[in-house]
Amino acid sequence: MTDSRWMAEPQVRRGAVITLLVALLALLGPWLAPHAPTAMLGPVYGPPSADAPLGHDFLGHDLLSRLLSGGLSVLWMSLAAATLALLAGASLGLLAGLSRRRLDQAISWAADVSLAFPDLILVLLIVSMLGRAPWLIVLTVAVAFTPGVVRLARGSAVAVAGQEYVEAAQMMGYPRWRILFKEILPNILTPLLVHFGNMLTWAVGMLSGLSFLGYGVAPPAADWGLMINENQAGLLVQPWAVLAPALLIGVFAYGTNILAEGIGRVSARIGEIQP
Amino acid sequence: MNAGLKMSREVLRVRDLRVELAGEVDVLANVSFSLAAGEIVALVGESGSGKTTLATALLRHARQGARIVAGHIEVAGQALLELQGEALRLARGGLVGYVAQDPATALNPALRIGTLLRETLLAHEPALGHGTVDRRIGETLVDVGLPDDQAFLRRFPHQLSGGQQQRVMLALAFVLRPRLIVLDEPTTALDVTTQAHVLATLKRLCRSQDVAALYVTHDLAVVRDLVDRVMVMYAGRLVEVAGRDALFGAPAHPYTRALLAAIPDIARRQPLQAIAGHAPAPGQRPQGCAFAPRCARRRAECAMIEPPLVGHASDHHVACLAPLRESMTLHATAATFVATHEATPLLEVRGLDVAYDRQVLFDVSLAVRQGECLALVGESGSGKTSLARAIAGLGENVEGQLRYAGEPLAFAARQRDVRQRHQIQYVFQNPYRALNPRQTVGQILSAPLAHFFGIRGAQAQHRVEAVLERVSLPASIAQLYPNSLSGGERQRVAIARALICQPKLLVCDEITSALDVSVQASILALLRKLQAEGLTLLFVTHDLGVVRAIADRVLVLRQGRVVEQGSADQVLGQPVAAYTRTLIEHSPSLATD
Repeated sequence: MTDSRWMAEPQVRRGAVITLLVALLALLGPWLAPHAPTAMLGPVYGPPSADAPLGHDFLGHDLLSRLLSGGLSVLWMSLAAATLALLAGASLGLLAGLSRRRLDQAISWAADVSLAFPDLILVLLIVSMLGRAPWLIVLTVAVAFTPGVVRLARGSAVAVAGQEYVEAAQMMGYPRWRILFKEILPNILTPLLVHFGNMLTWAVGMLSGLSFLGYGVAPPAADWGLMINENQAGLLVQPWAVLAPALLIGVFAYGTNILAEGIGRVSARIGEIQP
Repeated sequence: MNAGLKMSREVLRVRDLRVELAGEVDVLANVSFSLAAGEIVALVGESGSGKTTLATALLRHARQGARIVAGHIEVAGQALLELQGEALRLARGGLVGYVAQDPATALNPALRIGTLLRETLLAHEPALGHGTVDRRIGETLVDVGLPDDQAFLRRFPHQLSGGQQQRVMLALAFVLRPRLIVLDEPTTALDVTTQAHVLATLKRLCRSQDVAALYVTHDLAVVRDLVDRVMVMYAGRLVEVAGRDALFGAPAHPYTRALLAAIPDIARRQPLQAIAGHAPAPGQRPQGCAFAPRCARRRAECAMIEPPLVGHASDHHVACLAPLRESMTLHATAATFVATHEATPLLEVRGLDVAYDRQVLFDVSLAVRQGECLALVGESGSGKTSLARAIAGLGENVEGQLRYAGEPLAFAARQRDVRQRHQIQYVFQNPYRALNPRQTVGQILSAPLAHFFGIRGAQAQHRVEAVLERVSLPASIAQLYPNSLSGGERQRVAIARALICQPKLLVCDEITSALDVSVQASILALLRKLQAEGLTLLFVTHDLGVVRAIADRVLVLRQGRVVEQGSADQVLGQPVAAYTRTLIEHSPSLATD
């Protein structure tokens, strides 16, 4: 599985370019920003000017500077949350799928119960109780996503665990971790990768939603989701203050989504065509 | 039957049929033949020969990516390839019936038998009255040997046995009274006894209703008593077309002969002859005769000229530049059998019971002696796989006693010690599911080395190459993933994975049932070679021909109980149990006594 094979798929290339562009913008943005994100420079909801190409926001900050500074938090938090959910969920799901006994019942039951609880309500509940530290938000979003991954990993693992090559490995007496991570995991990677891309998208949405509701990143720090919340009152006066961060979130979500789907496609194809 | 009469009774005429994949790669070319009413013709070929493509082309269907590009198919006077829309829909089923390979997946599990039949009949003849429909269905069911009462019509497919399901498939085809019926390996999923009955029914129906039948199969022995003529297909071309007696008695094409010699037969114990090499894939046909690279009789011109199908004798056509003329005899030969190992048993099974929802094994006892090949024979549901799995350590709910080399053997592989785990190896039935698709052959083979013997790196690579050579595979295959290997190559890799563990006992669970006969012959030859090197084999199979080819001793299982056991000659030659006699009687054989 080399990069070159993944890059041969046009969808992967397109997704990678879009994701990379938004990520670069968020990473380098703080250095490129002409002003500090918290500096009040112009009139409230001021129109675009030479000093502020996108105009000013509800407190008179330079919108462009806030936009450039406000991406990093969304990006790292969504990436961290999705990765944590993938690692925890895949491990639990694999374990459940292979054991097929009481452990399976316990894990599946727990996953089902938490799936029945709406994600956003769960996150809001935890954040409103325990505070809004970034790591806590990441953790709660990951917790909200984990049951879905468990379900997916378990379902895929059950299908693979019945295959004869897994039985052969059991017969040889390979250790359980080896069967889980070397025999089964590579064969269920495709759906997991696609799901990872989806989780990234959902996490961006959820984090922005949290900020919008006032439970995410605390003001006056710049954050795309928070910006939509802060500036909604001026939507008709200064639409860019809301539209620009919303657009960036959308583009990032689109990029990660098609990237994950492309990788999933290529990965599925390895199972069929001679590598 | 004179020529004029035959012409008038002609039901199917195919001329110059050509089916292509994208890029003008032909799967099928220059296929011309005809079928008369009431005639049953076998279309024989190995996997990839294009036989299924031809069968579906007779329904004007080509699988995804393939296209019927040229030719002419005429069924009962209708040009099939020119039909469109509604006329084509009515022709499929109404004119040409089709019976699929696996009835378990071909029947909609959500519909009752009565609904299936009624739906099929009304889709083609909507004007039929209620009473007529019921009468036609009743008649057809009786014809195919099924009950026609309401209780049966209300059953779902899963409530029927495999043989009954295939009879329902026959009923679905015959209820429309087609002129031609295409059967795609309809009995491969069935037991020999059931198979014999279904074939007899088919023959009776075709004769009485004057329906022409094209019977697609890979197994010449199965169709020996069924068909009137045989067409042999190789690499998308018909290579030999002959009447039954001519084909089995004096096959003219070297490929047909090789195919016949590769079939294990219950009546003769002789080394099976595998056909060297591979059949060419579509698009990789060599210039000239496609069989030439594998042919022992090839001449210089074989690589130049593609031989056309020409008359060889009356009603015998062959596509070979140097067809064989002498007859081929496949007489029953008295086997000389000398293997009498009086050594201590390597494996002993005593009073084994296995029960899942119901009990599948009852008090089974057996002993496998050092160096012998014990065949475990039984039809589906006899518990033979449960027994093999219990021995391999994969069984669940096992009770009884296992002893290996004089020591007790645990039921779960995890509870066995390392020595027992690497000395008892198991080869699975389906080579397509036995190898991890995400690991290269090298990784698959070196994993047990590191696990059992702690051998890694260059030494492991050396061992992998050695074991690949032992199973007659090139060392370069170690770099490949299983998906680029053929079924036979995969099964060799699976055997290599067992061999690299240095086993003493190899449990083989129907390991050739998913393979072509010529590949099966080479795998059986490999196993015999390994046995000669001292390996003990426990060979599970339903095919008595295979048993004859490989086994020293035979154990016959029926519904979880041992019916008979003894030496292969004794059991196959003078069976004591009535059940064994039935099995032997129904086993297809090429021998002419």
